[in-house]
Amino acid sequence: MSASAVQTAPTAARPVRPDGPRRRRNLAFERVNPMVYVVAWLLVGLCIAPVAYIVLGGLRTNSQITADPSGLPTTWEFGNYVEVLTSSLFWQQFGNSLVIGLATTLGVVVLGVMASFVLARYEFSGRAAMYSLFAAGLMFPMTVAITPLYIMIRGLGLMNSVPGIVLPQIAFALPTTIIILVPFLRAIPKELEEAAAIDGASRLGFFIRMVVPLSVPGVVTVGILAFVASWNSYMLPLFVLNDESSYTLPLGVQSFASQYSVDTARVLAFTSLSMIPALIFFSLFEKRIVGGLTGAVKG
Amino acid sequence: MSESTSAGAVATAPPAPRPGSGPGRAGPPGRPGSGRTRSGRRPTTWRTRAEIGLLAGPAIVVFLAFVIVPVLMAAYYGFFSWKGFGAPSDVVGLGNYLAIWRDATFHDALRHNGVIVVMSLLLQGPAAIALALLLNRRIRGRSAIRVLIFVPYVISEVIVGTGWSLLLQTSGAVNDLLGKIGLEGWAVDWLSDPSIAIWSLMLIITWKYVGFAVILFLAGLQSIPEELHEAAAIDGASYWQIQRSITLPLLGPTIRIWAFLSIIGALQLFDLVYIVWGQYVAATAGTSTMATYMVVNGRNAGNHGFGNAVAVVLFLISLVIALTYQRFVLRRDTEGALTERKK
Repeated sequence: MSASAVQTAPTAARPVRPDGPRRRRNLAFERVNPMVYVVAWLLVGLCIAPVAYIVLGGLRTNSQITADPSGLPTTWEFGNYVEVLTSSLFWQQFGNSLVIGLATTLGVVVLGVMASFVLARYEFSGRAAMYSLFAAGLMFPMTVAITPLYIMIRGLGLMNSVPGIVLPQIAFALPTTIIILVPFLRAIPKELEEAAAIDGASRLGFFIRMVVPLSVPGVVTVGILAFVASWNSYMLPLFVLNDESSYTLPLGVQSFASQYSVDTARVLAFTSLSMIPALIFFSLFEKRIVGGLTGAVKG
Repeated sequence: MSESTSAGAVATAPPAPRPGSGPGRAGPPGRPGSGRTRSGRRPTTWRTRAEIGLLAGPAIVVFLAFVIVPVLMAAYYGFFSWKGFGAPSDVVGLGNYLAIWRDATFHDALRHNGVIVVMSLLLQGPAAIALALLLNRRIRGRSAIRVLIFVPYVISEVIVGTGWSLLLQTSGAVNDLLGKIGLEGWAVDWLSDPSIAIWSLMLIITWKYVGFAVILFLAGLQSIPEELHEAAAIDGASYWQIQRSITLPLLGPTIRIWAFLSIIGALQLFDLVYIVWGQYVAATAGTSTMATYMVVNGRNAGNHGFGNAVAVVLFLISLVIALTYQRFVLRRDTEGALTERKK
C-alpha cells in the first residue's frame, strides 16, 4: 500500500455478476430504478435552492424582491454584483480572509505533518499521552475556550491582528489534522524507510525527502479542510476583530447585512461573492477529501 | 482503498509504546520488528529525543498555549467577579456558578441544547445514511450530485444564517412560495414564534450539517470490501437486504463517530443561532443555547468572570457526555480511539 494510493480512493467497484436480482452493472453506471434519480435530484434541489435564492436574488432589484420574494429574476441586474466587486471594502475583507486562510493552512500543514510523523513513526514512552492530548482536542471546539482565549489575545496585544486569529485557528485545527494524517503516514511502507536508511539517510532525512513528498495527498485533504474552516470562521473573528478594516468576510457579510438591511439585493450579491472561494476549493478537491478521510473514520 | 490504510484510523489509534522502549532507548523506527535496530546505525538517544522535540515541539506548544491554557484560565477566572480590566481580585467563590444554577434563562438554554442534540441525531442520521448509500451507487451524474449536496456544508454559517433569515422572515420567500402553491395556512412566523423557532433552527441545522455526515459515511463506505456485496448478491440478496445486513453493520463505527461529533457540535452550537436570532432575540424566540447565553451574559455584558464560569459549565457538560459516550458507545469498536489506553 503506497501512500499515493490513498488519493485515488476508488469508490467504484468491480462489476458484479449480472445474476444478482434486479442489479445489473456495467463498467460505467449501475442500472437503477429511475426513482433513484428523481430522489437524488430532488435532494439536490433542496440543498441548492436556498443558495440559488442568494445568488439569483443578487441579480434582482429590491422592488422585485419585495413584490415577489420567491420569484426568479425577470430582468438581469448585474449592478449589485458590479457595485460589490468595485467596492474597496469587499476586496479588503477578501484579502484579510485570504491572508488569514493561507497562513492558517500553512501553519496547520507544517506543524501537523511534523507532529504526525513523530506519532506515526517514532516509538517513545510519551507517545500515547501525546496522541491522547491532541485527540482530546476533538472534544472541544473553540466555543468552550473562546472567552478566556479572547482575554488572552487581548493581553498579548493581538487584537485586530492576523496572528491573533491564525495562531488559535492552527491550534484548534491540529487535532483533526493529526487524526487524519497519522494513519496516512503510518501507511508509508517501512521498506522505504529501511531503503532510505541503507542509502545513508537519517530519519530526519527520510522525513524531508520521502515522507513530505509522499504525504502530499493527505496534506491536500487537511489543507483544504483547514482553509475552508478558516475562510468560514465566525466566532473567533467576532471576538478578536472589532475594527472594520481588519474584518474577514463572514464578519463583513454580517455587518454589511445590518448596515444595508433595506438594500436586500446588494446584501445578497455581497453574500454570494463571499462564498465563491470556499466553494471552488471544495469542489475541486471533493474526491480527495472523501478519500483522505477514509483512513481516519473506519477501523 | 486497501485494507492497510483503513487499518489506521480514529478507530485504531497507534499502538501504545511497548514497555521495553522507554525514553532511554532508541526504539525501532516506526514499527516494532523493523530490522533497522540490528543495522547498528540507530542514532543515539539524545538525537532521537531531539528529533521528536524538534518535530512535535511546535505543534505541542501552540496546542497547549491556545487550547489547553485558555480552558485552565477559564477555570480560574470563573471564581471571580471581573469586568475584564486589570487582574481579577473580587473573589466570589462559587457565586457565579450558583447564579448560573439558579438562572431560568440558563435552564432554557440547556433544554434547547438537549433538543438540538437529540433532534440532530434523529434528523441527520437517517437522512445522511440514505444519502450516502444513494451517492455510493454509480449513477449518472454522481460527481455533480455529490458536489452539489456538499454545498450547504461548505458555505459559512454567516451566509447560511443571512440567507435563511431572509428566506424565513414573515414576508420572505418561503411564506411567499407557500402562498403560491396554495398553502397560505402554512405560512407562519418561522423565526419569532417560540413554538416554531426551534424547528426552524433544526431545519437550518439539518440543511447545513447533513453534508458533513454524508462525507464521513461515504468515506466509511469506501472501506467496506466490495466482495461482501458481490457474495451476497450471488447468494440472491436484494439491494435492501445487502444494505441492511452488510453495509449498515459495517458502517457502524463510522456512524458512532459521527454521532459523537454531532453531539459535541450540538452542545456547543453558537454561530447559527447568534447570526439568525442575534444577541437579544434568541432567548425569547426559544432558540438560545449555552454558548449564546455565555457570550450574551459574559462578554457582551462585560462580566468576564461570569462568562468564564459559563464556559467551565459548558466544558464540564461536554466532557461528561463525551466520556460517557466513549465509555458506553464507542468502546466496543474504537477502544482507545480518543484516549488510546488499550493494547
